[in-house]
Amino acid sequence: MAQGPKPGLSRWLYTTNHKDIGTMYLWFSFAMFLLGGCMALVIRAELFEPGLQIVQPEFFNQMTTMHGLIMVFGAVMPAFVGLANWMIPLMIGAPDMALPRMNNWSFWILPFAFAMLASTLFMEGGAPNFGWTFYAPLSTEYAPPSVTFFIFAIHIMGASSIMGAINIVATILNMRAPGMTLMKMPLFVWTWLITAYLLIAVMPVLAGVVTMMLMDIHFGTSFFSAAGGGDPLLFQHIFWFFGHPEVYIMILPAFGIVSAIIPTFARKPLFGYSSMVYATASIAFLSFIVWAHHMFTVGMPITGELFFMYATMLIAVPTGVKVFNWVSTMFRGSMTFETPMLFAVAFVILFTIGGFSGLMLAIAPADFQYHDTYFVVAHFHYVLVPGAIFSITAGVYYWLPKWTGHMYNETMGKVHFWLSFIGLNLTFFPMHFVGLAGMPRRIPDYALQFADFNQIASVGAFLFGASQLVFLFNVIRTIKGGKKATDEVWDNPQGLEWTVPSPAPYHTFSTPPAVR
Amino acid sequence: MLKGFNRLFAWMAVVLPAGGALAQEKGPERWGVNMPRGVTEVAQTTYDLHMLIFWICVAIGVLVFSVMFYSMWRHRKSRGYKAAQFHESTAVELVWTIIPVVILVLMAIPATKTLYDIYDTEEADLDVMITGYQWKWKYDYLGADVSFFSNLSTPRAEIDNLLPKNPHYLLEVDEPVVLPVGKKVRFLITANDVIHAWWVPDLAVKKDAIPGFINEAWTRIDEPGIYRGQCAELCGKDHGFMPIVVKAVPQEEYDQWLQQREAEAAKIRELTNKNFTFDELIARGKEVYNRNCAACHQANGQGVPSTFPAIAGSAIATGPIGQHLSIVVAGSPKNPAMQAFGQQLPEADIAAVITYQRNAFGNDMGDTVQPIDILKFKNNQQ
Repeated sequence: MAQGPKPGLSRWLYTTNHKDIGTMYLWFSFAMFLLGGCMALVIRAELFEPGLQIVQPEFFNQMTTMHGLIMVFGAVMPAFVGLANWMIPLMIGAPDMALPRMNNWSFWILPFAFAMLASTLFMEGGAPNFGWTFYAPLSTEYAPPSVTFFIFAIHIMGASSIMGAINIVATILNMRAPGMTLMKMPLFVWTWLITAYLLIAVMPVLAGVVTMMLMDIHFGTSFFSAAGGGDPLLFQHIFWFFGHPEVYIMILPAFGIVSAIIPTFARKPLFGYSSMVYATASIAFLSFIVWAHHMFTVGMPITGELFFMYATMLIAVPTGVKVFNWVSTMFRGSMTFETPMLFAVAFVILFTIGGFSGLMLAIAPADFQYHDTYFVVAHFHYVLVPGAIFSITAGVYYWLPKWTGHMYNETMGKVHFWLSFIGLNLTFFPMHFVGLAGMPRRIPDYALQFADFNQIASVGAFLFGASQLVFLFNVIRTIKGGKKATDEVWDNPQGLEWTVPSPAPYHTFSTPPAVR
Repeated sequence: MLKGFNRLFAWMAVVLPAGGALAQEKGPERWGVNMPRGVTEVAQTTYDLHMLIFWICVAIGVLVFSVMFYSMWRHRKSRGYKAAQFHESTAVELVWTIIPVVILVLMAIPATKTLYDIYDTEEADLDVMITGYQWKWKYDYLGADVSFFSNLSTPRAEIDNLLPKNPHYLLEVDEPVVLPVGKKVRFLITANDVIHAWWVPDLAVKKDAIPGFINEAWTRIDEPGIYRGQCAELCGKDHGFMPIVVKAVPQEEYDQWLQQREAEAAKIRELTNKNFTFDELIARGKEVYNRNCAACHQANGQGVPSTFPAIAGSAIATGPIGQHLSIVVAGSPKNPAMQAFGQQLPEADIAAVITYQRNAFGNDMGDTVQPIDILKFKNNQQ
C-alpha cells in the first residue's frame, strides 16, 4: 500500500505523514531561529558601545522580549518536535505517529501563533516589552495593548505543544515494534517520552497564568495586583512552575541526540544506558521542585530559600552522571570527528560549563550577586545555545543523509562548526565577566567600564549569526544533490533508522521490523 | 596587559594615600572579570563563597575535560586505536553519584551559614525605606523628617552621544543615599508601580522591590566611600537608567547631613505659602520637569508616539487648569504609568511644573498656579 506524496502545496497542507510534518517543523523552526537571531543582532548592535545609537529603549525591550519568546517557543521547541516526528517512528519501528491528523493540526496552528506574535511589532504601542518571563504587573497593568495578542499566541503555542506531546506519548507507548521493550528504546526516544510528560504537565500551567493575566487586564480581576488583594509574586511562582520544567523540555531531547551520536563516532556502545534513563527521569522529577531558585531575591522565608537551594544543587548529580557517561563512552573508543561528532563533543564541553555556572547560581547567597545580571545571561545561553541549538544542529547533520539520501559537504560542515564554536564563545563567555562585574541584564545602555567585553560579545554574535548561513546553504545543497548516502550512512551505527534505505521512503515499517 | 596596569594602579592607590581623603570610589572596573570583594562582611563572605564554588567547579572541570581531551587525542581511529566494548559498571556509576553528593554537602554548609547571616535583619541601628518608582528611587529615613527621590543625573546629551561620557556614566544620581559607617542599616524595600530590584554589588545587597509588599535587607558598611549599583529587575523603558549611589560617611558627618536635610525639608514646606512670580515658577518648573517628567514626556514635551502623550499642545496642558492639577496630583485613572505626583513632590514644585507645562513648548497659556492652590486642591480631594 506504499503511496507517494500528493503533488504541490496540498502535500504540505493536508499531510499526515510524520516525515513531511517533521520536515515542516524543522524548516519552521529554522525560519524562527533566523528571525529570533536577527533580533539578537539588533540587541548586540545596540550594545556594541555605550550610549543609544541604533534603537530606543522601548524598542530594545521589545527585541529582548521577542528574541526570547521566538527562540524558546519558535526555534528550539518546534525543532525538537520536528526531530521527534522524523525519528521516533523510525527508531521504534512504527509506520507513522499514533495520531497523524492531530499531528498535522498541531503543526499548522504554529505559523498562525507566530504570525500573531510577530504582528504585535507593528501595533500601536509596540510589541510585548516586558521580557520573555513577562512578570506582572509590568505585563498586566503596565503592558502595551498588544499584550492580548501575545496571550492568545501563547495559548495557541501551548495547544500545539500539548497535542504534539500527547502524540509522542501515544506513539511511544503503543506503536513500538514487537521486541522493542522500553529498556531497548534509543535514548532519544526515552528523553522525548519524559519530555512529553513534562510538556503535558506544565503547558496547561502556562496557559493558566496567561489566562489570569488576561482576566486581570480585561475582566477586572486582581490575581497579580496587590491593590486588589492579589499578589505579584503569585505570577512568578506559577510562571516558574512552568518555566523550570520548560528549561528541561529544551534540554532533555538534546541529551538523547548526543547519546545517539557519541557512540556512533566513538564506535563503542553508550556507557551506562540504564543509568542514563534513570538520570533523565530524576532530572525531570527534580525540575518540578526547584522553580523558586529563579526567585531567590524576591524575599522568600529562609526555609523556602534553603529548600530550593538544596533541591537545585541536587540536579548536579544526575546531570553529572550523564556527562561522566558520555566521557566514558568516548574513553577507549575509536573516534572520528565528522561534523555531528564535533557538535556533540562541543555540546558536552560547553553544556558542562553552563552546568558549572548553574551550580554557582544555585548557591542562594552567591545568587544574590549573580541574579538578573549578565552572568545569568551567560549561563542560560551556555546551556541553550551549545545545549539545545548545537544538539539540534548535530542531529540534523547526523540524520540529514538518511532524510535526503545525500551526504552533506563535510568541509562546509566543519567550517560551520568552527565559526559557530568561536562565535558562540566570543559572544557568551565575556558575559560571565561583565555580569560578575555588575552589569544588569535587559538594559539598552551600560556604564563605560563594561564596554570592552560587550564589544567582543557583539562581534562574536555577528560571527555566530553569519555562520548559520553556511549551515542553511549546506542543507539546501544536500537536499538538491551530492554524494549518495549508503543506507547505514555512518560506520555501523546502532538503531532501526539505519536499516531503512537512504533517503527514507515515504512510508517505512508498514510491516514491523524484527527487533533483536 | 591592561589588567596589569589596573592592578598597578590599585596597588598605588593603597600605598599612596591620596591627599589624606580616605573615602574610596567603588564601582565596576574596566576589563573587570570578577565580582567585587565588597565593603561589608556579608559581601566578603559572599565573595569567598563564590570563589570557593568557582574553584571546586574548575577542579571538576579540569578533571573531566582532561580525561575527555586525553581520550580525544589518544583514542582516535586515525591513530589506529581499536575500540573497547565495555558499557557498564555499577561500581563506577555509584562512585560518581556519591562523590558529587559529598561535594555538594560540603558546598551547602557554608552557603547555609551565609544565608542565615544575610537574613538576620534584627536589631538595626537605622531604618531606611526604599521605594522603587518608574524610574527612580525614593529614600525615606524612618524616624527623621528626611525623604527624597534619587534620579539619574547623567545628562541626556551623553546618552545621545552628543557629549563625551563621564567616568560615572549611568552610575550617577542627583541625590545619593547617605548612610553612616559601622552601623547596621535595615532597608525596607517596596515599589510604587512595577517590580524593581535594589542592588549595590559592593554591599552584596540585592532585593526585589515589589508593589504592595515590603522586603527587608540589611548592611553594615565598614569603610566610608561611594558605592554604585543599578536596578536589577526589568521595570520598563528606563530600567537601565535608574542607578543607585550609596555614600557611606562617618557618624558625625551623617548626623550633620541629616540635620541639614531636615532643615531643608522645613524650608520647602514654607515655600507652600510663598507667592511666586511667573518667572520664578517657570525657572523652577523647568528643573522639576526635566527631573520628573522628561523621562516619558521628553525634554521637548513631544512625548513618545502611542506610548507617552505629548505635553506640547495637549488637551490637558492647554485645557481647564483643574484637570491639569488633577492628573499631576492624583495621577491618571486610565493609565497607571502616569503617577500621582501629589505624594512625591512638594507643592511648590507641582505648582511650578504645571505652570511650566502650560507655558512651555508653545503652549503659551499665560496662566500661573501657586503652591497654595495645590494645597487647596489636595485638601478638597480628601
